[in-house]
Amino acid sequence: MRGYRKISLGISAMLASLSARADYSWNFPEPVTPMALDTLHVHNKFMLIAMAIFVVVLAIMIYSIFAHRKSKNFKPVTDKAPSTTVEIFWTLIPFAILLLIDFVIMGIPAYHSVIMMENTRDKANMVIKITGSQWRWQYEYMDGDAQGIKFVSNLSTPKEQTDKGFSGTKDENYLLEVDNHLVLPVGAKVRILMTSADVMHNWWVPQFGSSRLAVPGFIRETWVQVEKAGTYRGQCKELCGKGHGYMPVVVDALPVEEYKVWVAAKKEELAKASAGADKEWTKDELIANGKTVYEKNCAVCHQVSGAGLPPAFPALTGSKIANAPIFGADGKYLKDSHLDRVLNGVRVMPSWKALLNDTEIASVITYERNALGNSVGDVLQPAQVKAARQ
Amino acid sequence: MSTTTVAHHEEHAEHPTGIMRWLTTTNHKDIGTMYLTFALIMFFVGGAMILGIRAELFKPGLQLMNPEFFNQLIGVHALIMIFAALMPAATGFANWMIPLQIGAPDMALPRLNNWGFWLLPPSAILLTLPFTLALFGIGDGALATGWTFYPPLSIQGGIGVDFAIFAVHLLGISSVLGSINIIVTVFNMRAPGMTLMKMPMFVWGWLITAFLLIATIPVLAGAVTMLLTDRHFGTHFFDAAGGGDPIMFQHLFWFFGHPEVYILLLPVWGFIPQILETFSRKPMYGYKAQVYSFWGVGVLSVVVWAHHFFTSGMPVPALLYFMYSTMAISLPLAVMFFCWIKTMWKGSMSFETPMLFTVGWIILFGIGGLTGLVLADVAADAQYHNSYFIVAHFHYTLFAGGIMGIMAGTYYWLPKMTGHMYNEKLGKLHFWLTAISFNLTFIPQFFLGLAGMPRRIPDYALQFAEFNMISTIAAFTLGLSQLLFVYNIVTCARGGKKATAQVWEGAQGLEWTLPSPPPYHSFTEQPTVK
Repeated sequence: MRGYRKISLGISAMLASLSARADYSWNFPEPVTPMALDTLHVHNKFMLIAMAIFVVVLAIMIYSIFAHRKSKNFKPVTDKAPSTTVEIFWTLIPFAILLLIDFVIMGIPAYHSVIMMENTRDKANMVIKITGSQWRWQYEYMDGDAQGIKFVSNLSTPKEQTDKGFSGTKDENYLLEVDNHLVLPVGAKVRILMTSADVMHNWWVPQFGSSRLAVPGFIRETWVQVEKAGTYRGQCKELCGKGHGYMPVVVDALPVEEYKVWVAAKKEELAKASAGADKEWTKDELIANGKTVYEKNCAVCHQVSGAGLPPAFPALTGSKIANAPIFGADGKYLKDSHLDRVLNGVRVMPSWKALLNDTEIASVITYERNALGNSVGDVLQPAQVKAARQ
Repeated sequence: MSTTTVAHHEEHAEHPTGIMRWLTTTNHKDIGTMYLTFALIMFFVGGAMILGIRAELFKPGLQLMNPEFFNQLIGVHALIMIFAALMPAATGFANWMIPLQIGAPDMALPRLNNWGFWLLPPSAILLTLPFTLALFGIGDGALATGWTFYPPLSIQGGIGVDFAIFAVHLLGISSVLGSINIIVTVFNMRAPGMTLMKMPMFVWGWLITAFLLIATIPVLAGAVTMLLTDRHFGTHFFDAAGGGDPIMFQHLFWFFGHPEVYILLLPVWGFIPQILETFSRKPMYGYKAQVYSFWGVGVLSVVVWAHHFFTSGMPVPALLYFMYSTMAISLPLAVMFFCWIKTMWKGSMSFETPMLFTVGWIILFGIGGLTGLVLADVAADAQYHNSYFIVAHFHYTLFAGGIMGIMAGTYYWLPKMTGHMYNEKLGKLHFWLTAISFNLTFIPQFFLGLAGMPRRIPDYALQFAEFNMISTIAAFTLGLSQLLFVYNIVTCARGGKKATAQVWEGAQGLEWTLPSPPPYHSFTEQPTVK
């Protein structure tokens, strides 16, 4: 008896886990915005229509396959040309049905969805700007209390887990975790301005039902209105180079009160960081800070050791640029100097001007010049970077 | 009297033997055979690449390759399958069958025909050479942008992009030459009595394909040339910083790219009704309706391109226009499906391998078409776009709708081409293995896409693991099953039961009036069509 109960418990647990999975695996994940909900409805409806058409046509075909066989001695009939009235009738009726399905049953809801999707401005409560770059997202709050908050969001799955041949246990949110989550208030309509710093990216959270291409040099728009608190994950979905699979999107939707607390805390954190730019740093402090910045932002191409991945991504160890002077006799930074490269980029090397703050740029350059097998010996202060930006 | 003249002529038909026969040949059947052989070889090259990818995607984590190499494989796989496998296969059949079906001795422009083929091997080498060069430390490998070349990623890319651009130029020239040849042949060399509206469906399919190629290939060639000058000569067609627009490339590319889908499919849509009428033992239903539908699809195909990038952002009226015009493609396609099924209806069907492939084709291509209808919806497309849903969709249209159709045609005409019957049992086994493993490969990918897995990623989150594993196992089965296809073709070419002139009991049309295999100069005596 007890054994029987155990087995039935086991089976129901298994079924429960199957049905829990079923929510995720067989259709879109649970929608949390009006747009995603609409998309799910449209998808279900269209799929149902498509399947109905498919099943009916398939049934007719299968019947014919079994009934009208040579092996059953079925004699072929000759199709007679129908009379004009019959022909017109049999042409117009299917056309009418198809037109009804295409442009009324499917077409009208689709029309409303498009209008809803493209209506980014009406009653928008706040605006954020998302900038894609290889291979991270940058978020900037454009208005309201949070105006001025700006940060970069990098993949935070430990590097050894994503390395070739890793055989240990992977994190639960493998490839779907970042260091800085985008935080949005629940219920607010958020207008999103989308752009890119280098190649095309596409910001996509399946549970939001919105996805828009980030085009360098242009602003594209979309919107989200998250109606349920929670953490939502997505990925870049436009091929953007070798790191394409490694730039996830993570969004925390917080109730308005908690969101306000987060805004205040984030502002304070950013103020502290920019205050750091005005003080004089020691070489060791810069190197220690630079190591973190380097491994988070630069190591994906130039490698942790600085060896790079030539020819696409040059080595920093012994690199001409990392060992040449930064400033000329007039005190301005030289063209093609280390600082110029980091600030402005060249070809595949992105511009870091907007992605890193003064302290981070100063630290990472000091680190690259005094570690990774280089020993130039000089120190770049955040104040100098600040001056160089002007 | 006439038969003796024919035999006499045959005896003295001098042509080089050995390698020179193939290098210098202007014979439509020799060139057709070369196209088909080339396509088969490249089908395996492209297939090997995708099996590499599926092996990498077998489980989460990087096992076999780094992301750079992964990105190269996906783009080159697509270019090879489209330009070096499917298109040459269709052109091979055009070379073999169009003269036979319209009662002509050969193609109208035989030397052009030879050149058209010999442009293909160099372009295949151009596409794949960067892989080899990278092994020797030259450049960083092949095109890594996906087959779509989207800038700015392609502007950033290495020499692989340049190699691919030149390969596309050569392939484009080859296609345009082939198309010119087909149009000239069809318009000038039909047997007396064969009016346009009496032409076999395959010839109609190719005629429209040829027009589409001539209309769209130059646009692609122009777009990739602009890309080349952006890369090397300081122009800014696709660079916003210089006043250009990267989205313009997407418009140009898909102005070619969408008709390309029908370029791949129209010849196959020509096979289907012919095979159906043969094995249903009754004439096809709605010939005229099918011809008009071909035209309908041909015309619509050049005005719907932007549905490939709805998420790039465009004005609402443009979104609505491209959505509704895309949905309209379902009208001519529904007519065709109706005619195909009506052709089977109350026939006296038998199910040899070509018929099996055709029936399977109708069902699977139907899935491709219906998911395409759903994809036209702009709002839902935001979810499907660039997810695995779209990957599954276009493999239903291009593997099932394209390659399985080509296989149907191969089994259908192989006895005519070689003069021997192929092994029917192996053929049927090949069909069932292909159809089942194809579905097991791609049905899981629909669900992966819905669950949110983007395409073109070398590694994925843990919730996608099970479906990817099933897909990979099935993909390997699908790949290995194709060895049966090759074995069957090779043994059939070498010998076997002699095929009669008519081959199939219900076969109708001029190609079945010639002996199997047909004489070197197909029709030396002009047939007439009543």
